[in-house]
This record gives sequence, structure tokens and C-alpha cells, in this order.
Amino acid sequence: MSCKKNNFMRTTFTQLENFGHSLRAQSFVIQARTKDDVHSAFRLAKEKNLTVTARGAGRSYNDASLNGGGIVLDTSAWNLIQEWNPHTGQVRCEPGVTIEQLWQKVEPDGWWPPVVSGTMKTTLGGCLSTNIHGKNNFQMGPIGEHVLEFTAILPTGAEITCSPKLNADLFYGMISGLGMLGIFTSITLQMKRIYSGLLTVDAFPVPNLHSHLFALQENAPNYDYIVGWLDTTSSSIGRGQIHAAKYLHEGEDKNPQETFKLKNQTLPSRIFGVFPKSILHFFMKPFVNNFGVWGVNTAKYIVSLRKHSFKESHGAFHFLLDYVPNWERSFGQGGLIQYQSFLPKETAEFVWTQILKLSLKNKLPAYLGVTKRHRPDKFLLSHAVDGFSLALDFKVTDKNRKKLYSMLQEFDKIIIANGGRFYFAKNSETTAETTKIFYGEETVEKFRKLKKRCDPHGLLESDLYRRIFG
Amino acid sequence: MTNQTASPSTGKLAPATPLNPRRRALVIGASEGMGAALARKLAKEGYTLALISRQKDKLQALCSELNQKETVAISYPHDVTQYNEVPALLQKIVADLGGLDTVVFLAGVNFPPGGIDKYNFEYDKKMVEVNLIGAMAWLTPIAEMFHQAKAGQIVGIGSVAGDRGRVGNPGYNTSKAGFATYLEALRNRLTRHGVNVLTVKPGFVKTEMLKAAQGGTPFAIEPEKAADDIYKAMQKRKQMIYTPFFWRYIMFVIQNIPSFIFRKLSF
Repeated sequence: MSCKKNNFMRTTFTQLENFGHSLRAQSFVIQARTKDDVHSAFRLAKEKNLTVTARGAGRSYNDASLNGGGIVLDTSAWNLIQEWNPHTGQVRCEPGVTIEQLWQKVEPDGWWPPVVSGTMKTTLGGCLSTNIHGKNNFQMGPIGEHVLEFTAILPTGAEITCSPKLNADLFYGMISGLGMLGIFTSITLQMKRIYSGLLTVDAFPVPNLHSHLFALQENAPNYDYIVGWLDTTSSSIGRGQIHAAKYLHEGEDKNPQETFKLKNQTLPSRIFGVFPKSILHFFMKPFVNNFGVWGVNTAKYIVSLRKHSFKESHGAFHFLLDYVPNWERSFGQGGLIQYQSFLPKETAEFVWTQILKLSLKNKLPAYLGVTKRHRPDKFLLSHAVDGFSLALDFKVTDKNRKKLYSMLQEFDKIIIANGGRFYFAKNSETTAETTKIFYGEETVEKFRKLKKRCDPHGLLESDLYRRIFG
Repeated sequence: MTNQTASPSTGKLAPATPLNPRRRALVIGASEGMGAALARKLAKEGYTLALISRQKDKLQALCSELNQKETVAISYPHDVTQYNEVPALLQKIVADLGGLDTVVFLAGVNFPPGGIDKYNFEYDKKMVEVNLIGAMAWLTPIAEMFHQAKAGQIVGIGSVAGDRGRVGNPGYNTSKAGFATYLEALRNRLTRHGVNVLTVKPGFVKTEMLKAAQGGTPFAIEPEKAADDIYKAMQKRKQMIYTPFFWRYIMFVIQNIPSFIFRKLSF
């Protein structure tokens, strides 16, 4: 059968999951470490009438890196940093290089990746496919804006090079293209100069959604990063805490060589030096329910009432999701999903007041709420708006699936009626109809044309692609 | 390629999402009796199904019945003794369903020799070819896949007839005993890899096959009852069940009848 090594290359039938452990799909997995591996995967797919999806770290919350019943090209071991120039800050990487590898390479030389995700485990191939954003999206845009050049293999077998000038349509299409146009084979990025391993962070409370969004909007221009935590369980809708951070200017840090050191950046693996964090998620489990989260959120808000400023390493500020390894396990058997909506600044307050109230009314509060400030970009499948985003984590259980599904469909309606957008490293339930409405028919048509050109036989397909473009 | 994920007559399968998770099952021997009853039960419980049977028309009819509201089942006409068709068909099914996590093998034939003084090699051969080798042709590549995936469930329908060699139908007893032993061996191989192997031993079930049975058929149950029992055992990831349950006690007694007595009995 397909598993025989000679017959079917080196495929392993594998049950893969999304990051939230809420969705599983079995696929034939091939390890890709070279361009030849990509070519032969396409040949195999064509011969066996199967589809292919690339998968890096598998950190998307939805079905973006799943391809049930088809071939999954695992690029996570294709991960050499090919070239690093500490004078220009340009770095060329293989697609499986993670943000973790990247920052640990460039930070000791006084550089930092201009855009990073909330976890450092993501791969650059995946980051480009979904065109990730960070807490500085309002200023630096998505990661795509810092790509100088990439090379890729198209399903036609063509090997191409793209930059904002060269093959520009493919450059702006493949970055954000959800991996459906081709497979990245190398990525050249421009890093950002930093003058200290530390950031200055200001933390202050916001009592309601209006002041929450106002604080994000007003403070963003004065900071390099801004992010809000939103207490999703409180009836004071939108109360929370803002963290805004600034780089240190040249000379502010008297001894940057010391703060650049990796040992001052990496997250400790033990609490109080003894308690290993790897088992912490086990102890969080009893709190991951409506009552427990209400208690934790309330306590967190009370603590956050104290306005304060402090200095924090880049590693600690950016990678909140890595503080507790495997924290997503604490959501139990059914796992979790994330629902992130992007809204123009004019309608955000109105819409989120409605949906947060709806979630409380349905007794299905989100367990985590995070807000950010955004600006538009010119990539083809863009999720950005001149406004804000709100990311909500929901626990999934056998009992709540149906109710949660209809609630999220309700959310979708309210959001697209108010000019909102969604992000497909996150949302797992958004349908093809909704997708067509918010991208707009013209964009979808443009994407389909590009797809037809790069992939005339339809070899690249993921479960996500079938869901939103099927 | 999207359109090929479902057979032309049935349209597309609904996508699986965290809030609409779909388990994917392959039912081999699905066109009637216990197989059809189990297919209906699994469809009702939210499974996406690939259905195999050599009876094309009955299979089509079952599919159209299951797909009334939305497409949940795809039919694959196939005779399990066409062993060389299995690898390609299995790959197609996995691609069409978008994965595979449950396989139920129910295909079986029963050709009694026609009396306790009759012998028929052709019948015996046919029963072993379908009930045992047919099962091995399918479950071997599936076991290999589930072994790699470290997940999945295999359900094999044996029979109380496999628990003891009796005077009436040596070939059938052998095929079912062999199947039960094969399943036990798979269980011992695969449990450590997270795969569950369930052996189901039905007593008498009111199906077409029962009509061929010789002698009395006490405690016969409807196939739907058997399907419910099988479904429950699947959910609990049991190793072995009798359906209905009391056959366990009957078979315990029968298995312990000493040979010197059993030799004199005529059932």
C-alpha cells in the first residue's frame, strides 16, 4: 500500500493536529529538506491524484497546515540559516527556520526580526504564507513588508525568484497566499537595528472598551509596540490592561553587549529555579473553565490597576505564548479555537461590545482576549484594516460545540456587516460565503487566476483552502 | 481536484472543523444487514462514511438514503476477494474522506455444506476467501497505516461460530475462528501504538445470512440492535464484545464442554 517505502517515497501516514488540539486529520507526510523533495512530492501527487500542503511548525489555530487524506510536506527540518550579514542586517533562510532560530542568531549582533508572532516556534515559510503580524503592525506592517526576496517552487515545477520588483504579482500573492500558490525554498529578510537587549514597557489599566480602543489608538504613534489584554469574563465590557513598549535609543543602554546576551533573553525553564514549567499546564487545567477563568481574570485586572513602567528583554516581551510550554493542553480533550476579527477603527467599539455581550449572554465567554492596533497593507489576501483586532480563545467541549458554532456564525455576520476581516492562521469556522464577502469578489477572482497560473492541476490544497475557497 | 473528493452523484462532503469534527469510517460489507444498520447508525452519529460492497445497486440505494440532507457517505462497489484492487482503492478512499480513523470489516458469506454428513470444498474455500483472506487483504494495509499514525480503530465482525468447531459448518467455523485470531494478533501488535482493535461476536442476527443457517436460531436480534451494541463498544474502545451480551455466558459454557461430550453432540 501507500506506505511501502519504494512505492510511495518516504511517506508516513500520520495523524496531525492544529495548534489548539481541536482538529485532527490523517495524511501522508513527507519530510522535505531539499528542492528535489518538493519536486518529487508534486510528481507523486500528480501520479496518485492526491493534493499537497506544506506544514512548518503546525502552529496555526485552524486547518491551514492540515490536508486530510492527502500529502503533507513537512518543512520543519529544512531549517538552515544560509547567510547572515551582521553589517547590513540581511538574512537568508530556508523555509523551516523558526523565529526562535532567527532571533537567537541576529540578536547577539544587535538586530531583531522586525515582525514576530506571539510564539517563537513558527517557521518562516508558515509566517510568509499567512503573512503574520506582531504587536507593531500599526507601524511595521506584516512580515511580508520586510521580505527582500524569496525563491519558490511552483506546482508546475518552475523555480522562481520574487521581490517587490521582480514577479511582483507573485510576491504579493504568495506572501499571504496560504501556501496555495507554491512552496517557499528560501527567504531573505531585512532585520531591524536595536541598541539594547531591553525594551521600556509601560503598563496601565483601561476601565472599558471605549477607553481601551482609545488608548490603543492614541498611544500607538508614541510607541514601537502596543498590545491590550481584555478581561473577557467581566460585565464591564472591554476593561483590561495595555502594554506599550519602546526600543531603547542608541546610548541609553550603557552596556548593550551584556543585555544582548542570549542568557539574558531566553525564558527560564523553571519557576523559582526549581519548578519545571513543562508541567505547569497540568496545574492550570482546574482553572480553565468559566468560573476559574473569571477568578483569574478578575485577579489579573485588580493587579493591573497599578500603573507601572519597567524594562524587559525582547524575548520576554514578545513571546508570551511560550511562557508556559504546552499551555494549550490545559484546555482539555476538546482543545481550543481562536477567533480573531479585524475591524475599522470606526466600528470596532460597536461590534465588539455586541459580540462580547453575546458571548456572556450565551455563557460562552472567551478565556483570553487580546487587542492590537493595525494598518492596511498591500498583500493580496490581506486581513489588515486601519483599526484594531481582537483575538478570543474559546475552549471547545463535546457539549458546547453546537452552541459555540452558531454563536461564531452570528459573530461573523455582525463583523462582515461592519467592514471587518478575518485572519486564516486563526479562524477555523469561517465559511466560503463569508470569505468571499470580506475579501471581495475581485480579490478572490484575482487569487483564483494566480492559482490557475501557478497550479493548473490543483495540486496544492489544504483543508483550509477547501473550506474557504471550495 | 476538489470535485473528485466525492463521487459525482453525491456532491461534496462537509468540511471538518473543530466545531464540526467529522470522524471518518470505512465500512466494508455495508449494503445490507448489520453493515447497513451500522452505516445508518454511524451516519446519525456524525461520521463521514466510505461504504464498500459488491452489491452495487443496494449500496447506491443506501448511499442516497444517507445523503438526503447532506453528503455523508460515498459508495465504492468492490468484491473483497479482488485482493489486488485493495491498495489503490484504499488510497482513494483515504483521499476522498480526508483521512481515516475507523474501519469496520463486516463482509462475510456463509455457505453451509447442507447437512452434517455433507462436505463441500468449494463452499469452504469461498468462505475463507471472503471472511478471512478478504479481511486480511484490507486490514493488513490499514493496520500498517494506523500503526504509523499511532491512532485509529479497527472493528472486525467475527461470530459466536468462531468459538468452537462444530459439526454443522466446519468451513464457516474456521473462517471466523481464523479472523478472531487475526484480530487478536493485530490487537496485541497495535494497542501499544494507540490503535484499538475490537472483535465483535454476534449471536443470531435477523439478516439474509440467517436464512442460510441450519437448525434453530434462538435469541435472534434485529441488526439495528447489533449496530447499537457495536457503536457503544466502539465509543468505549472495548476489546471484545458479544451481541447480545448474554452470548458471552452461553459461549463460556459451550467452550468448556469437554471434547468427549462435544463429539457426541449434533449442534
